[in-house]
Amino acid sequence: MKQFWGFIYKEFLHVFRDKKTLLLLFGLPIIQILLFGFALTNEIKNAKVAIIDNARDIGSKQIISKIEASQQFSITRFISPKQIELAFKTGKIKMAIVFPQDFYEDLMHEKSGKIQLIMDASDPNTATTLANVASGIIQSYTTTLQENNQLPININLDTRMLYNPSLQGSTNFVPGVMALVLLLICVLMTSVSIVREKENGTLELLLVSPFNAVMIILAKAIPYLIISLFNLVIILLLSVYVLDMEIKGNLILLFTESTLLIITALSLGLLISNIAATQQVAMVVSLMGMLLPTMLLTGFMFPIENMPLPLQLISNLVPSKWYYIIIKNIMIKGLGIEAVWRETLILFGMTLFLLALSIKNFKTRLA
Amino acid sequence: MNQKSVIQVKNLTKRFGTFTAVDNISFTVQKGEIFGFLGANGAGKTTAMRMLCGLSKPTEGSAIIAGFDIYQETEKIKRSIGYMSQKFSLYEDLSVNENIHFFGGIYGLSKKEIRERASLLIDKLGLKSASDKLVGSLPLGWKQKLAFSVAIFHNPKIVFLDEPTGGVDPITRRQFWDLIYEASDSGITVFVTTHYMDEATYCHRITMMVDGVIKALDTPSNLKEQYKAESIDEVFFELARNAKRKAD
Repeated sequence: MKQFWGFIYKEFLHVFRDKKTLLLLFGLPIIQILLFGFALTNEIKNAKVAIIDNARDIGSKQIISKIEASQQFSITRFISPKQIELAFKTGKIKMAIVFPQDFYEDLMHEKSGKIQLIMDASDPNTATTLANVASGIIQSYTTTLQENNQLPININLDTRMLYNPSLQGSTNFVPGVMALVLLLICVLMTSVSIVREKENGTLELLLVSPFNAVMIILAKAIPYLIISLFNLVIILLLSVYVLDMEIKGNLILLFTESTLLIITALSLGLLISNIAATQQVAMVVSLMGMLLPTMLLTGFMFPIENMPLPLQLISNLVPSKWYYIIIKNIMIKGLGIEAVWRETLILFGMTLFLLALSIKNFKTRLA
Repeated sequence: MNQKSVIQVKNLTKRFGTFTAVDNISFTVQKGEIFGFLGANGAGKTTAMRMLCGLSKPTEGSAIIAGFDIYQETEKIKRSIGYMSQKFSLYEDLSVNENIHFFGGIYGLSKKEIRERASLLIDKLGLKSASDKLVGSLPLGWKQKLAFSVAIFHNPKIVFLDEPTGGVDPITRRQFWDLIYEASDSGITVFVTTHYMDEATYCHRITMMVDGVIKALDTPSNLKEQYKAESIDEVFFELARNAKRKAD
């Protein structure tokens, strides 16, 4: 155990002696979080919408068929308000449209009607866009009615934003940046630090020593785990105090899930270090292998629902996608483990698989 | 079984696919002996040495290192040997002291032991003024001496040196060998691979490897006599000129 601490101490010395690494380690999260502070616009296609049609009259039917005909929405019908809530929480729907009783009757006699739009605003860009499209469709329906009846008719929209009522644009990308920063730093740092020992010949020295190979891996991983958790704290502090974000969920759960992703990343880094012969190769593989899938297939920059099916399937293999879903639910929606256990299990499985694979690889390389 | 032999190798073979890197080699090394392993690049010296250190599993054959079997007791072997690779290998971004403490630590020495031995070592190498300097800032000759001293810091029974003096001038090499003699005198067995022929003459006995096979094994003077050669260089040339493997 004493040897183990000595090893960890040595790893920290490596980190703190190398000014460039230090800059990368602590500069990257700060820059990322501030850069992504700019809102990202998304195009929306086939957003899942629930309809609660309490009217069941000609008015509601006409509007529903108009919505159905539009490219942006795909309709799932729900009956009870309870089901609606569950659907929002599980992310099955992005929006719900509620028609009151006697919708068409009111429209004809009182010249005014009311429709309620409920949005999942944890993704504020999608929410606003959807609301705009929906109100546009309803507006065009009002215009046709007016032309047919030669009367001024008015439909009032009651729009409610769930989870993020003030539509803070910044909240949505924070979980994404967390995934990005944790993955990048851990994968990059582990792979480069192991390959550096390989290049310098010190790895051989460690391997002929009585120090166990698995312990070498662990001792290499722990400093980066600690640094990453520290980075996580920086990101969260910046989000809360600079970007005015509110963390709704349980912090312990948040950090536990993050630790899980960090372990995934460390395993990936180890795997890369097994195949890379030089530090440059390790760096390029880590950057390309982590940056692109995380940016493109995690869902925080480009909604996965809009992607072609093959890409949607591939995105399932990206660990950060699951992490992103988990963290979004915890941080923004304030949900607990009961809402994210399935994703957690998937991420856990991936981590175990990668860890086993990388340790096996590391050992067979010695034979 | 001879009590004094610390390395006993019998019919050791290593194949990578169809390529036989080390082909059925056998030899024994006595305690305190400086045993040289010579050969062109690609002759199989490093592969042979890696097997003896437990870095690589033999395909066939047996070996007893410091009294322990290389298949069953690798952990015990690791405690009884020191190793210095052909790449100069200490951490360049750590100071002399930090390197010594780190490597002393992974061999399980106590803090007190490390402190005592470290101050002796630093005095001996004349590195007192440089003990807090980063190893990367030291001249290559010093680094190699330090690397060797670190390799025998835990008092191993055997120290394996894989082309330890690559890239240094003959004078520095000679100084390095003074350290090797000192270790040998104190009872540490030295197993050294090299392709410098002047270095070969410093060894007590040398082995010449060609194409993975041991072609000759004797003291440098006996070999010269046997091949009626003026120098070890000539002996080596005589043996190696029929080599099929290309040097890499």
